[in-house]
Amino acid sequence: MKDFEIFGNKDTRSGFGEGLAELGRKNDNVVALCADLTGSLKMDTFQKENPDKFFQVGIAEANMMGLAAGMTIGGKIPYTGTFANFSTGRVYDQIRQSIAYSQKNVKICASHAGLTLGEDGATHQILEDIGMMRMLPNMTVIVPADFNQTKQATIAIADHVGPVYLRFGRPVMPIFIKPDTPFIIGKADVLLEGSDVTIIACGHLVWKSIEAARILSEKGISVDLINMHTIKPLDEEAILKSVAKTGCVVTAEEHMKNGGLGEAVAQVLVQNLLVPQEFVAVNDSFGESGTPMELMTKYGIDTANIVDASLKAIARKN
Amino acid sequence: MHLGDKVQFIERIKLIIKVSFASISEVNKIQMEIEKLKHIASQVRRDIVRMVAAVNSGHPGGSLGCADFLTLLYFDILKHDPENFTMDGKDEDLFFLSNGHISPVWYSVLSRSGYFPVSDLATFRKLSSKLQGHPSTDKKLPGIRMASGSLGQGLSVGIGAAQAKKLNNDHSYVFTLHGDGELQEGQIWEAAMYAAAQKVDNIIAVIDFNGRQIDGDVDDVLSLGDLEGKWKAFGWMVLKMDGHNFLDMKNTITKAQSLCGEGKPVVIIMKTEMGMGVDYMMGTHKWHGSAPNTEQLELALNQLEETLGDY
Repeated sequence: MKDFEIFGNKDTRSGFGEGLAELGRKNDNVVALCADLTGSLKMDTFQKENPDKFFQVGIAEANMMGLAAGMTIGGKIPYTGTFANFSTGRVYDQIRQSIAYSQKNVKICASHAGLTLGEDGATHQILEDIGMMRMLPNMTVIVPADFNQTKQATIAIADHVGPVYLRFGRPVMPIFIKPDTPFIIGKADVLLEGSDVTIIACGHLVWKSIEAARILSEKGISVDLINMHTIKPLDEEAILKSVAKTGCVVTAEEHMKNGGLGEAVAQVLVQNLLVPQEFVAVNDSFGESGTPMELMTKYGIDTANIVDASLKAIARKN
Repeated sequence: MHLGDKVQFIERIKLIIKVSFASISEVNKIQMEIEKLKHIASQVRRDIVRMVAAVNSGHPGGSLGCADFLTLLYFDILKHDPENFTMDGKDEDLFFLSNGHISPVWYSVLSRSGYFPVSDLATFRKLSSKLQGHPSTDKKLPGIRMASGSLGQGLSVGIGAAQAKKLNNDHSYVFTLHGDGELQEGQIWEAAMYAAAQKVDNIIAVIDFNGRQIDGDVDDVLSLGDLEGKWKAFGWMVLKMDGHNFLDMKNTITKAQSLCGEGKPVVIIMKTEMGMGVDYMMGTHKWHGSAPNTEQLELALNQLEETLGDY
């Protein structure tokens, strides 16, 4: 298997912070709103450089979503920042009516998504957000894989007219996507070309999938690895092209099995090309306190689970 | 007497003096303008009851109660361009209806002021119509900038739009309208706290204070308590007006506009009568969300003069 060049280790939320800061310097219409989590979301640089375009809303997320929707009237491009839980579940109706249904150009930027938020526990570890957001008409859903990609995605969504849900996280993870790689919404990255099994992953699970592919390659199994950074609109062509070659698929995500990437991929397969699919995702369960890596192991979304799922998918081919 | 009452009292005295010294022709002019607005409002009320009766659904009570206010707003107050509607509304005053269920009155006033053909009112709540049960933007009805219906969201939206205006050096106003029952939603108070803290002083929120909601009187369902005191405590300037007195409304809104730019948001508590103009719909919450049948419609139309021609 080819070696991936590693460009350091960072959290994806810092990629968001850097991307937002860059937007602040080059796009006069970009404004940012934050619900008392400026440091956690790494929005400090934007705030410092653009005090007039940064709006601290306090701990009032419903109001933040409404304010952002209103600011689009007059041409602003608002980026809202809070944890994924408070960016979605807490404000679902505000997003539904004032943003998605009203087709407002709001960028909902959600940090600390999934189990890797860690010690804060299940109250904060949302695992349903991708499902909620991809169910909304007009919504684009993006889950970038590493620091560099999160930065580029943050910048790219400013040029996309329409509501976007951008999901990222807290843990420090390897950076394996080249800096300044342009981010194209809806166009999946093929990271590895192989013939035995397709692995489709998003977010932190892309790195875990690279690790799994390495282990599989030592067993003589070649992996076609797709970084599905855009969950909606889904790159169906990339899925079908890969699966036609490999004949089986594993989806991997830091999300509930219900409603997530795996379910989106399954829809495409059922309607086009029936092949065995295995899901690496949290199975109808809340999380708990623990370190991010402990939690990924306990809840079955670690490297070993991707390896096992791949072997199972391959075995089911015949 | 509260400070707000005192201010209003002084304003009224000033107005009386002003009117006293005005020439007879000016007084006549004001009277003529009010008569014209009353004329329009009568037609708007006919539109409302006909629209809801035609589809046997919709919300006539609050719509009738706000007919005078919205007629005044759209035909006299707003700086706007009905024939050339743009989403951004640059250098125009913006209006957001937060209590979206009173869409019939808004649709009527929008069409009568030139946003879209009056004949479109016949499509209200029908399949594929731009005039959805609750206002929406997805079918591109001119005049609508935000969907509403799920209550409590419009104040945040209005404040956001007001802040965007400030960033754009656009000195026009943002108006929002809310039901009094709607104030039970928590988001309203998140927004109220924010606007005062951030000194958003180019927004005028209007409360349709009719004292009724679906389940009964607001006082019985969930009392708002000292509403004026609540807004003051949240840092807003509070005015009051009679939602069926055009002169009072005109003066109060003018006053509200003059208070803008002083670092505080302004709210107007507007006393109205739900069902105003149709006798059997007044004095009850029964007509909040039910439509009149054929006989009841006839009865209502007999009380409302057809002034501009039915759609």
